[in-house]
Amino acid sequence: MCANHDLPPSSAARRGFLFTLGVALSGLAAALAGIPILGYIFGPVRGRAGQAWIRVGSVETFPEGQTRLATYDNPFRVAWDGPTAKIACWVRRIDGDQFQVFAVNCAHLGCPVRWFPQSRLFMCPCHGGAYYEDGSRASGPPPRGLFEYEYEIRDGQLWVRGGQLPTLAGPV
Amino acid sequence: MPTLLGPLRSVIGWLEVRTGFAEALTPAVTHPVPRRTASWWYVFGSATLALFALQIATGICLALVYVPAADQAYQSLQYLNDQAAFGSYLRAVHFWGSNGMVLVMTLHMLQVFLFGAYKYPRELTWIAGVLLFLCTLGMAFTGQILRWDQDAYWGLGIGASIAARAPVVGSLLVHVLLGGPIIAGRTLSRFFALHVFAIPGILIALTGLHVWLVLRLGVNEWPMPGRVVDRETYRKRYEDDVHRDGVPFFPVAARKDMVGMGVVVLAVLACAAIFGPNGPHGVPDPTITDASPRPDFYFLSLFALLALLPPWTETVILLVGMPLAIALLLALPLFAGTGEKSWRRRPIAVLSVLLVLLVVTTLAALGVMSPWSPVMDAGTALATPVAYVQGRAPLELQGALIVQNKQCRNCHSLGGEGGRRGPALDGVATRLTRDQLIRQVLQGGGNMPAYGKNLAPAEVNALVAFLETLRPANQAPARAPVTPRPVARQG
Repeated sequence: MCANHDLPPSSAARRGFLFTLGVALSGLAAALAGIPILGYIFGPVRGRAGQAWIRVGSVETFPEGQTRLATYDNPFRVAWDGPTAKIACWVRRIDGDQFQVFAVNCAHLGCPVRWFPQSRLFMCPCHGGAYYEDGSRASGPPPRGLFEYEYEIRDGQLWVRGGQLPTLAGPV
Repeated sequence: MPTLLGPLRSVIGWLEVRTGFAEALTPAVTHPVPRRTASWWYVFGSATLALFALQIATGICLALVYVPAADQAYQSLQYLNDQAAFGSYLRAVHFWGSNGMVLVMTLHMLQVFLFGAYKYPRELTWIAGVLLFLCTLGMAFTGQILRWDQDAYWGLGIGASIAARAPVVGSLLVHVLLGGPIIAGRTLSRFFALHVFAIPGILIALTGLHVWLVLRLGVNEWPMPGRVVDRETYRKRYEDDVHRDGVPFFPVAARKDMVGMGVVVLAVLACAAIFGPNGPHGVPDPTITDASPRPDFYFLSLFALLALLPPWTETVILLVGMPLAIALLLALPLFAGTGEKSWRRRPIAVLSVLLVLLVVTTLAALGVMSPWSPVMDAGTALATPVAYVQGRAPLELQGALIVQNKQCRNCHSLGGEGGRRGPALDGVATRLTRDQLIRQVLQGGGNMPAYGKNLAPAEVNALVAFLETLRPANQAPARAPVTPRPVARQG
């Protein structure tokens, strides 16, 4: 009814301009709203080192020749983490200052491995992976040995470097 | 009664003048459908929709109480279970409703596949359906996470470990999935948003598209052998058939749909009343390492697959096989969009359905039994069968103690009790000689760890002495194979 050819040329040009402006402004608005949304969703990826030095406890609390469960607080915790703020690791004191600290997460698919001091094996309850006391793979589906933390002894205290979920993409 | 009907009519009339709903919807509701499709085989779609509505209603109710924060979610579930009026029952309905929805939706998909309903012109209806199925599985997984118990925590660990296997982007995926470097508060909030806002939004939009397409393209006719789908002729033939021999969807076909909807919802309500809600099972505290996480039933077959696949194939099957299978499902109508619809003329289709069902149910059954998982408390919880210690020499009794104390029974059963990862030890002496037993214990092999470093020679001696007694009285012990002497050549 009111197609452009019925109108004076200036009016037609104005309508064409308004349409282009409408598309451009909406596109700009979508982009400006979209960038922070995507940045927010993918925010956890930024600076994803996810590693910090954490004090696990006094060296004395780990008897030589034994493997014990130790727990520490996630260094990147938030106030509402609740019980999930805690992280566990298996600490094996070979002797003196020689340690091995293993993640509890099975190298297969991350289930919690349990230490059996009598048979000196770690066993996984999910798919049946088993590891020797030095963390090397003994049997089952795991593609590698247990994930091992970097550790340091500072003033008689055991420190480990951790904080991220150990997986094949990002071992502790 | 007539006194009541009068005002009701006028109210409806008043609304109709303004909304025009009846005028707009009547043609859609009473549109003709092929006579034979007013069948019990065609009720699964509407039954799925009914269960989805039930999930939305119960889900909103649960969200009134549930606290999606990692430090309080567990307590709020306990409050729902123990204190909130009908809280436990609504949790049960939501849980059994999700099981029912996955089940009925699967039946719907199988029916559609076997009846060739995905063929021209209903390709997009099928594709939307496959996406609905994937979204429903997504709801199942995220819902399981909101239970925020040990299964949820370690289930997330498994999900993250699978994502981590992706080359290059593995670590990135883990961080996006978990909302941080590790499973914690931000993870639960993420999964809450997915379960309650994002995926349901997509589900509702896709359901709208799916139903719109069904209305626009018509209900798939009952497939007849020999009536092949041809892009040139199909639509005209369908229209002619429906106009010649169709019945109005409402009420003729809808009667069975309504019965079907009622039956599945009542079945869910009954299951909820009888079996109650699921969990929560144990506080999601990762320092409690005696957890034995198990997935809900829809993921049992995946759980079994991951235990049974040879390790070197796992990553390929997870990252290439699964996406390929999904792509194949999505693309099905694009490469098989014409031709025979009847299952009687599609033997490969029928065989593939049987094969998939057989594989999935076998894997799920194995997942329930999970014979590959060690029985973690076997060493302390199980008794040694009396028959195996009666009348044994002291050395052999020492060996029986070692079997118990060294967790042998985590993987090997004795008298029917214990793990099933390794072979049962009853009768082991009929299969292995003394030397073979010693070798197996010291060096391991097959799927058995080597115990050479963990057992003193005296312990090995006692252990093997006990194992040698494990054979039925009437059966001879195993003998070492004798190398046959070369037969002297004749002439």
